[in-house]
Amino acid sequence: MGVELLNNEVAMADIDDPCFSDSETAAYVIEALEGVSKVPSVIAPADRDQYDNLLCILDPTKEMHFQDEALLVVALRTLTQAVHKIDPVFHGELLNNIFDMSVWKYGPDTVSTLLELIACLASVADKFLDTCLHMLVNNFEPHRRLKSSNHQRSLARKEEVHSQLHTVMHYISELVPLAPMKLKYIIDLKMPKCTDSKEVIIVFVDCMLGLENDEIGEFLGGALLAKVVDLLTDLDVNISWEDILQEDTNKGIFDMELEDVEENADGLIGRKSVEEYGVLNGNAFADKLDGLMVAVCKHLTIWASNGRLEAVFANLKEAFRRSVLNAYKSKFAQFVMFYACSLDPETCGQEFAFMLRDIFLSRTETPISRMSAVGYLASYLSRAKFISTSLAVDILESLMDWCFEYCQCHNDPEKIINPKANRIFYAGWQAVMYTLCFHMRSIVDDPQLKSKLLGMPLQPILHHALSPLKVCLPSIVHEFLRQAKAANLCKKSVSLFSESLLESDFSKAFGGVERLDMFFPFDPYLLKESDSFIRPNFKFWSSVKTTYSNCNSEDEEDYEDLDVPDFAEIGCFSENHKIETDSDEDDDDDNDNDNDLELSMNKMSITPKHYFNPHLMGKQQFPARMPARIRPSVSPP
Amino acid sequence: MEGLTVADANLTVYVHPSNANKVKDALLRQLSSLLFKYDENFDGVILAYEIKFESKDAKILPGLHPLFGVKLKANLLLFQPKVNELLEGKVVKLGKECIHVIILGFSSATIMSEDIREEFKFRIKHGVEVFASSAHKRHVIKTGSFIRFLVKSLDVDILHVNGSLIPSNTGCIHWLSRYGTEDISETDRSCRSLKRPKPIEEQDSQAMVDLSLNSNHHHKSHKRTVTNGMKS
Repeated sequence: MGVELLNNEVAMADIDDPCFSDSETAAYVIEALEGVSKVPSVIAPADRDQYDNLLCILDPTKEMHFQDEALLVVALRTLTQAVHKIDPVFHGELLNNIFDMSVWKYGPDTVSTLLELIACLASVADKFLDTCLHMLVNNFEPHRRLKSSNHQRSLARKEEVHSQLHTVMHYISELVPLAPMKLKYIIDLKMPKCTDSKEVIIVFVDCMLGLENDEIGEFLGGALLAKVVDLLTDLDVNISWEDILQEDTNKGIFDMELEDVEENADGLIGRKSVEEYGVLNGNAFADKLDGLMVAVCKHLTIWASNGRLEAVFANLKEAFRRSVLNAYKSKFAQFVMFYACSLDPETCGQEFAFMLRDIFLSRTETPISRMSAVGYLASYLSRAKFISTSLAVDILESLMDWCFEYCQCHNDPEKIINPKANRIFYAGWQAVMYTLCFHMRSIVDDPQLKSKLLGMPLQPILHHALSPLKVCLPSIVHEFLRQAKAANLCKKSVSLFSESLLESDFSKAFGGVERLDMFFPFDPYLLKESDSFIRPNFKFWSSVKTTYSNCNSEDEEDYEDLDVPDFAEIGCFSENHKIETDSDEDDDDDNDNDNDLELSMNKMSITPKHYFNPHLMGKQQFPARMPARIRPSVSPP
Repeated sequence: MEGLTVADANLTVYVHPSNANKVKDALLRQLSSLLFKYDENFDGVILAYEIKFESKDAKILPGLHPLFGVKLKANLLLFQPKVNELLEGKVVKLGKECIHVIILGFSSATIMSEDIREEFKFRIKHGVEVFASSAHKRHVIKTGSFIRFLVKSLDVDILHVNGSLIPSNTGCIHWLSRYGTEDISETDRSCRSLKRPKPIEEQDSQAMVDLSLNSNHHHKSHKRTVTNGMKS
C-alpha cells in the first residue's frame, strides 16, 4: 500500500483537497471501514460519523465537482486495496452506494478507478460477483438512470464507456472463469423489451454485441446474438401489415415494387428508393426496429472486417432458424441475414441458401417451416445481387427434381386439385417460378446454364394433373409464362388467360390462412436509416432484364418502363399534379446523400388514397412529366 | 491433485420423442448440459464423459410426455474438491492481501493473506510482485506459477474455493517437487508421512458410483431431462 500511495501523492500533489491529503484520506477510509465492522450496538458514535462521511464521499446521487471527484478517486483506490476488509453485512450501505454509481456520470479516470474496484470486488467471487455483474450490466446504458439533460453528453462518450465496460468484464472473466455464465443470466434479466424506448434498446444492444468481439462472446456461443434476433423479431411482429400494405390480393407481385428512376442534375439516371408514403413514419416500433437494424448491421460489418463473420454466422443462422423463419410474415428482421450474406457471398451467402434448401427438402420439418423456407429461398435467390446465377440454377435444379419426384408419386389421374394437401409442392413450384422470373434472362443468355435449364423437367411438371399453374399465384404464373414463352422454353403453348381468370381461391387454400402463397420475405426494404446497408445489394424488379424485353433497343435502362402503370386510369394521379410545383427544387440533390430517401408518387398503381399524408406532400418528389421513354407493349393484347 | 476422480455410472437419460431420429445427438447434448456445473447427484463437477450404450431398447414413460429412457454406461471425470484436500492451480493475480488462482482453467480460488504462512513475504522483485519465502531463497510464488494449496472452504454455486498456504507442503509446485522432500530443517516431520499426491493418470477409479435411479432421484433428473428434451 505504501508504494501505491506514494505514487498517488506525487500525482495528485497539485490538486489536494485542502482538508485531506492523500494518505490521510486513505487512513480515514480504512478506519471508517474497521470502525463499523462490528455489531451495530457496539459501534462508537465517532466511528459511525466517520463511516457516514465516507458514505457521503461515495454518494452516487451527488453532483460531482472537480474536488469531489478527486476525493472520490482516492477513496475508491483505497477501497480497492482494502477489498478484503469490506464485509457484505457490516458495510451494506457502502456497497449499495458503490453499486448504484453510474459510470456515465463521471470522468474517465474516475470511471477506471471505479471499475477497478468493481473488478476486485468481483474476484472475491463468493461474496460480490453477482452484484458486481449486475452493476456492470445496469451500466450498459445511461438512460434509465440519468436525467435527460445528461443524455447527449453521455451518448458522446458511448464508445469509450462501452470499451471500458468490456475491458473490466474481460478482466473479471480471467479471474473467475465461470463469470460469463452468470453474466448471460443477468443480461437475460436486464435485456430491454420491445416496449422500452429506442435509446435504451440501441445503447444496450450495442454494448451487448460489443461483447461478442471478446472471448466472453465465444464462451457464450450464440446466446447474445440469439437474444438480439429475438428482440428484432419482437419489434417486427409489432408492426402490423396494415401499416404497410392494403389487403388487395389482386395486385400483381411485380407491380408492387415501389421504385423509381429519376434524372438528376447530371442527366444520369439516378436511383431512388421509395418510402412507403410516410406511413411507417409515425410507427414507433418501426423506428426502433430501424435503429436496432443499424446497430446490428454496424456490428456485422465490424465482425466481417475482423474475420469473425464465419463464426458469428453459424450462430446467426441458428437464431434465424429458431426465431425468424417461423415468425408470421416477418417484415424486416430477416434482412439481418441478407446483409450478413452480402458481406461474404461465397461462404455465408451460399450457406444460407443451402440451409433454406435443406429445410425445404427435409422430411422431418413441419409443413409451415418448409413452405416458409422455400419462400425465403426464392425471395433470397431473386433479390440478392451477390448470388451468382449458377448457384441459383443449382438450387433450382434440386427444387425441380423434388417437384418432379413429387409428381411421379402423385399420379392419380382422377385427382381433383387439392391445394391444401399438396401445399408443399405448390409452394416449391411457386418458388421455382418466382426465381425464374428474376433469373431467366441471365440463364438463357449463358449457353451452359441454358442447356442445364432445358434439361430440367419443366414440361412434365407444368402439364401434370396437379396443375400448379392453376393453384399458384396468378401474377407469378402470368409473368413466368410470359418470360418462358419469350425464351421458347415451353414447347406446348399454355393458355395464358384461363389461368389468370382463376383468382386463386386455390392459392389461398394452399397458402392457408397465413397467406404463405403471398409471402415474399425479401421484398423491398422500407426502413429508412438501415436501408443504406441493404440497398447496394438489393435487386429491384425494375432492374431485372426479362426475356421478352429483347425486342426493344439494347439500352438497359428502358426496362423500367414496362412496369409503368397507366397513369390515366389511376384516379389519384390528379392529386399529384396539383402539388408538383412545390417540389422542383428538391430535384437535383438525390445523389448527394444515399440515405436521403425521398418519397415518390410515380408508382401509384396500388396505394389507395387514404395513405396520403398532407404534411409530407411538400417534401415529395413528383414527376414533372410522363416517363422519358415509352415503349410499345410487348404483351399479347 | 486430489480432487479428481474417474467414476463409472449407470445412467438413464430420458429423451423427447422429437429426437427419436437422432438419439445419440440428444444424449450427448443432454450430458453436455451437465458439464462444468456442480451436480448434487455426483457431488462434484463433471468435466468429461464417455458413454457406452447398454441396450438398443428403451422404455417409454407413461404419462403426458412419452419420453423414452435410454440406458447408458458412462465413464465420468469428476472434480470433487473437499475441505482439507490439496489442490493445484495457476496463479493469475497476486496482491499483498490476496492470491488469485485458477484451477483446471475453470474454477477460481483465492488465498487471503491471513492464510499464507509467515514464511512468505510480499515483495516486489524487479518490478514484479511476488511472494518470496524467507526461509528458502528459491521458493517464490508469482503470477503464472503453479501452486499447491489446501482447501479451506468451498462455494459450489460459483465453484469458488478459499484456499490456504499454511501447511508446509503447500507452495510453488516446481519448488516442492524438487526440494520439498529434502527439506529437513523446516518441515514438520509428521507431514512427511503425507505422500506426494499421485499424478492424475494414476488416479484409479474409486468406488463405482452407481447412479441407477432410485425413486428420489427419479423426478429430479426426469424434470431436468424433460426441460432439456423439450428445448432440444
